[in-house]
Amino acid sequence: MVLNCRDVWKEISNYIDGEVDAALREDLEAHFAQCRHCTAVLDGTHNVIVLMADERAFSVPVGFSERLTERLRQEIERRP
Amino acid sequence: MAGSESQDGVTKEIIDREKEQQADATDATCLAESALVERICKGERELFYELVRPYQRSVYLVAYSVLQNEADAEDIAQEAMLKALKHIDSFRGESKFATWLISIAVNAARMRVRKGHSTLFEPLEEDREDEKGEYVPKNFSDWREIPSDALEREEVRAILSKALASLSKQYREVIMLRDVQQFSIAETAQALGIREGAVKTRLLRARLRMRDLIGPEFSNWSPSRNWFKKGKRPWS
Repeated sequence: MVLNCRDVWKEISNYIDGEVDAALREDLEAHFAQCRHCTAVLDGTHNVIVLMADERAFSVPVGFSERLTERLRQEIERRP
Repeated sequence: MAGSESQDGVTKEIIDREKEQQADATDATCLAESALVERICKGERELFYELVRPYQRSVYLVAYSVLQNEADAEDIAQEAMLKALKHIDSFRGESKFATWLISIAVNAARMRVRKGHSTLFEPLEEDREDEKGEYVPKNFSDWREIPSDALEREEVRAILSKALASLSKQYREVIMLRDVQQFSIAETAQALGIREGAVKTRLLRARLRMRDLIGPEFSNWSPSRNWFKKGKRPWS
């Protein structure tokens, strides 16, 4: 089936996650092969996922772990 | 052609094997956690540290995705951990421990918002919907290079945080669990108490919106900077 750009945008996230069937995957790839804009959307969306998954992207506040451990220690020791 | 099919077959075999290994590792983690939970319930409460240590960051970040405030997120992370300890005997192992723990944090954070104890101001999202209410991605120049060491830079992390903060809460929650914490779609649905279809719909919108917000920042930077690696598609 020939897809238009709007059809493709709806499925880009599912395509990256491997949540589309073989026939739709083939149709999407045929579209990407001839559409510069949709390929740019696909690449950019994938870049977002790569950046978000990087452990350096979001961090906890300094001392968070120590404060949490201390709070848990108080609770664990309070109610044996 | 035959060679290509044969190569596809080998690739599929490798992917299947990797999936099996991941599933085995997950099963092993679940078994180890179930054993820890059993011992904690029988009185070895100090083992709770060991049980939750791998999830400290996850609990904080999911609380932050709801509340958008460091102090509130830390407070809720502590509250969720204490609640998990208090109710550890109600964990039945029907879901992964991580999913159970994260759902406690999500509910605590949402409750904080509902009770108005958080100073949360929800962003007004730019309207980029078509007549059917579907998101229309921006058209800007290609963003093909993946900035592999860009996250060493504070300014890049700030761009990501700012972009995330500009999403509505329902999109922040989903992208935080699925893309930052690497939860599966099913686990994300379970932790947030929504259907898998809703996860996929929200994830699509969140990812496209993030791409529209972040992409132009990277596209405008000079590729001559050494933290831009030249390359083809990042996953090819």
